[in-house]
Amino acid sequence: MEDSSAEPERWRDLDMLLARPGNIVSAGFDPSPQLRREIGEFARVLVVGAGGLGCELLKDLALSGFRNIDVIDMDTIEVSNLNRQFLFRLRDVGKSKAEVAAKRVMERVSGVNITPHFCRIEDMEIEFYNDFNIIVLGLDSIEARSYINSVACSFLEYDSEDNPIPETVKPMVDGGTEGFKGHARVILPGTTPCFECNIWLFPPQVKFPLCTLAETPRTPAHCIEYAHLIKWDEVHSGKTFDPDDPEHMQWVYLEAVKRAELFGITGVTYSLTQGVVKNIIPAIASTNAIISAACALEALKIVSGCSKSLSNYMMYNGVKGTHIKVTDFVREKDCIVCGPGTLIELDISVTLSQFIETLGQHPKLLILKPSVTHRGNNLYMQSPPILEQMTRLNLPLPLYELMGKVPRDALHVSGTAESSGKKTSSLMKLRVVFRGPAEIDTAASI
Amino acid sequence: MINLFKIKDKKNQDAGNANGRPPLKKQSAGELRLHKDITELNLPSTTTISFPNGKDDLMNFEISIRPDEGYHMGGTFIFTFQVPPSYPHEPPKVKCKTKVYHPNIDLEGNVCLNILREDWKPVLNINTIIYGLSHLFTQPNHEDPLNHDAATVLRDNPRLFETNARRAMSGGYVGQVYFPRCI
Repeated sequence: MEDSSAEPERWRDLDMLLARPGNIVSAGFDPSPQLRREIGEFARVLVVGAGGLGCELLKDLALSGFRNIDVIDMDTIEVSNLNRQFLFRLRDVGKSKAEVAAKRVMERVSGVNITPHFCRIEDMEIEFYNDFNIIVLGLDSIEARSYINSVACSFLEYDSEDNPIPETVKPMVDGGTEGFKGHARVILPGTTPCFECNIWLFPPQVKFPLCTLAETPRTPAHCIEYAHLIKWDEVHSGKTFDPDDPEHMQWVYLEAVKRAELFGITGVTYSLTQGVVKNIIPAIASTNAIISAACALEALKIVSGCSKSLSNYMMYNGVKGTHIKVTDFVREKDCIVCGPGTLIELDISVTLSQFIETLGQHPKLLILKPSVTHRGNNLYMQSPPILEQMTRLNLPLPLYELMGKVPRDALHVSGTAESSGKKTSSLMKLRVVFRGPAEIDTAASI
Repeated sequence: MINLFKIKDKKNQDAGNANGRPPLKKQSAGELRLHKDITELNLPSTTTISFPNGKDDLMNFEISIRPDEGYHMGGTFIFTFQVPPSYPHEPPKVKCKTKVYHPNIDLEGNVCLNILREDWKPVLNINTIIYGLSHLFTQPNHEDPLNHDAATVLRDNPRLFETNARRAMSGGYVGQVYFPRCI
C-alpha cells in the first residue's frame, strides 16, 4: 500500500510542503511527515466534471496526495475533446468521460482510488454529496454550479449565535475557463460568499432579437440562430432540437447556409454552427492547466492547512500577456442559500395558520401576508387565487407534520416586510426548530 | 482547514447516522425567486394564470390573455412559460400556444418581445413579461416583424389587418394559413 518507498521522488516536494512549519500556514496546521499519508487515507474529494478541467483536476489531485477521489460526469468522449482532455484516446470516443478518466489516472498514479459516476449530478442522492470532505468543480455551466452550491449549502447548519457549525461546512473549490480566461475560487459556506451570493457577476448570454433573425440578419451567427430557433420548429413541428444529434446539427448548418446565401452573408461553417448553437467557446489546454493547478492547490490547502486559503476569487486573463487578480468578495448577508436565516422555535402542535400569524408579529421578521414553501412543496400561497385555493387545506394542519416530522429544517417565506413605515417585498429564509425532540421521538413511535 | 482528526474520529464511529434529516429535495434559488414573483403577481383584468402540473410546479405555467381592446379583442390567447433553474439570470421561455395572426408572433408561437431575449435583466420579473405580452395586443408593432405577411398588411392596410385578425380568431383561413377558432 505505502508507495512512498517505491516513488520517493514523486512526493518529495509535496512532503516538504506538508512536513515543515511556515509563516503563512493556517491556524492549526500540524506539519508532519505523516500528513500526506493521512490526507490520502482520510480525505475524500469529489470532482464534478471530467472534461477539460476535470482531466487536469484528477491528475493534479492524485499527484497532490489525494487517494480517495470520486468523479461525476454525464458526458461521453467526443473526437473534439481529444486535443486537451489528455486522459482520452481516439479509441475511447463514445465512452463515459468519468470512467475512462478514472481508469487512466489510476493506471498512472499508484495507490489512488478513483470511483467514477457516469450520470447527471441531479441523479445522485443528496446524501451522496455529504460523504465528501471537499468538492472541486470543473464545470461549464451556471446551472450545474448553482445546483452543487445549493446542495453543499444545504448541509450547512448554524449555532444559536448564527455562526456556522464547522462539521457542517462543505468546502467547494470552483474552477472555470473560457478561452484564455479563467477563474478559481474557494467557497466555504457560511464564511466566504457562496455561488448564489455573487451570481450577478456572470455576464448575461448574448441573445439576438428574434425579429432581427427573422427579418434582417447581418452576421453568420444570425443565420445559424434563425435556422436553429425559427426554421427548425417551422419544419419539424413538435420535435425538439437535440444539439448532440449530428443529423440535427447538419440540418441546421445547411439551412443556415441557404439563409446566408439569400442575404449575401459569408462565413457560415459547420464548426461555427456548432459553436453558436451549443454556445461553444474555443478551449485552451493551458488555461485549463493553470486553473486546475490553482484549484488543486486550494483543495490541498483546505484539507491540510499547509497555507492560507485563497480569499477568495482568483481571476486569470491570458489574452494579452498574463494578468492575475485576486478579489475578496463579500457574502450576501441575507443570501437565501447560504445565509443563516432567522431562527424560530416552535411547538410541534403549531398549525400552519398559527405559524403564518406568528411571522407578522415576530420582531425580526414582521412579514405580512407570507407565502410559505418548504423544499419545493408550497405549503401556503397567498396569491394568485388559484394557488391559494390549492394550498388552503394545509392551513389547519400542524407545521411539524407538513415539514415531514423533522426536528429542524429551513423554510422560505415571501411576503411584505414592513420596516420603519416602508413596505418592501421580501423573500426570507427561516430556520425552524421544533421544541422537545424527546417528545417528538415518543410521538413518532406511537 | 478541515480537521483531519475529526474526520478520523467520524470514520471510527458508525457512519450511518442520518442526523434526523428528511429525504432532501432541492429547491433552487431560481425556484425561490419565482415563488416570490408568483405571489406578487398583479395580473391585468384581461389575464388569468394556471398551473397544469399542480401547486408544487411553479416553473411551468400558462397565462391566458383575453384582450379587451385592439385588433385581437375578444380572442383568448394562451402562453406557456418555462422557467429555467437559472432564473432570473436567464429569462423564461415563452411560447404562444394559440395560433394567432399577429406581426410579432409567428405561426410556431415564437414571440418577439425584447425583454424575453436581448433586453432581459434579472431585475425584471414575471409580471413585467405578462404586461409586455398584453402590450403586444394593444400595440402590435409592424417594425419588428416575426410574421412578415401580417406586418406588411398592418403597415399598408390596417383595415384589412383588422378583418384578417377577426377572421383568424373566428376560425378560418388568412391566405393559405388556417387559424383555429379562439374567440
